[in-house]
Amino acid sequence: MESMFDPSHISRRLLLQLAGTLAAASALPLVTVRTARATPAMLASAIRNLVGEAHVQVGKVRLDIPPLVENGNTVPMTVSVDHPMTADNCVKSIHIFNEKNPQPNIANFYLTPSAGRAQVTTRIRLADTQKVVAIAKLSDGSFWSVSVDVIVTLAACTEELP
Amino acid sequence: MPAALVNVPAKAKRGAVIEIKTLMSHVMEPGYRHTAAGEVVPRDIITSFTCRFNGAEIFRADLFPAIAANPFLSFFTTASESGRFEFEWIGDNGFVATASAAIIVE
Repeated sequence: MESMFDPSHISRRLLLQLAGTLAAASALPLVTVRTARATPAMLASAIRNLVGEAHVQVGKVRLDIPPLVENGNTVPMTVSVDHPMTADNCVKSIHIFNEKNPQPNIANFYLTPSAGRAQVTTRIRLADTQKVVAIAKLSDGSFWSVSVDVIVTLAACTEELP
Repeated sequence: MPAALVNVPAKAKRGAVIEIKTLMSHVMEPGYRHTAAGEVVPRDIITSFTCRFNGAEIFRADLFPAIAANPFLSFFTTASESGRFEFEWIGDNGFVATASAAIIVE
């Protein structure tokens, strides 16, 4: 009996069908995983929503996160801005973003000149190894940023409940 | 029953920059998790935190699902006069919690 998979008998149609099935099978899980994740494009649009057309300069902001995180469910994070806090020259707000959590936002902090020091500490969740971005808005309307790469070994947010 | 933990120095010198630490017990359910049956667990997070000193807002934060459970926040303020700090947490499903702390400035 002749085998259907004898190379000399593979028709063009069969080959195309096979290729199509393989492509669909490999693309499907990729697609379903991606829908639950923010993308670098969502990060960019979230930042665009904040700064508008303004140019974001790199510097002034400092983001302290452990570079290697074992548990993404609680990651200590300190953001500080090297800038004076006086009545007419201060840090207005600090915004934290991420690249691959389901949502690009992490937190917004609104400061007043009475803060004395532009520094905030909190604990965040990270769903994947990714980039965390902090952007500070100053009273003169300029934006300053820093981005830090964090490696996460146990992801947060999307796991099943027991 | 929400439980807040607030750490403010009881006394400070005038003009000193002091650190305020707050911790609120809350599950911060992000709304992206599934039960074993496949149902999405609805979001239940604290969305806003405000700190006022003698009635004036000195610090505010918008929180998102990416904030860890039992949100911890620490920030700074300048001790200008004696008075009272008031803290307020607002969240999903009508969650509201408050706390306060007094400071003596010499």
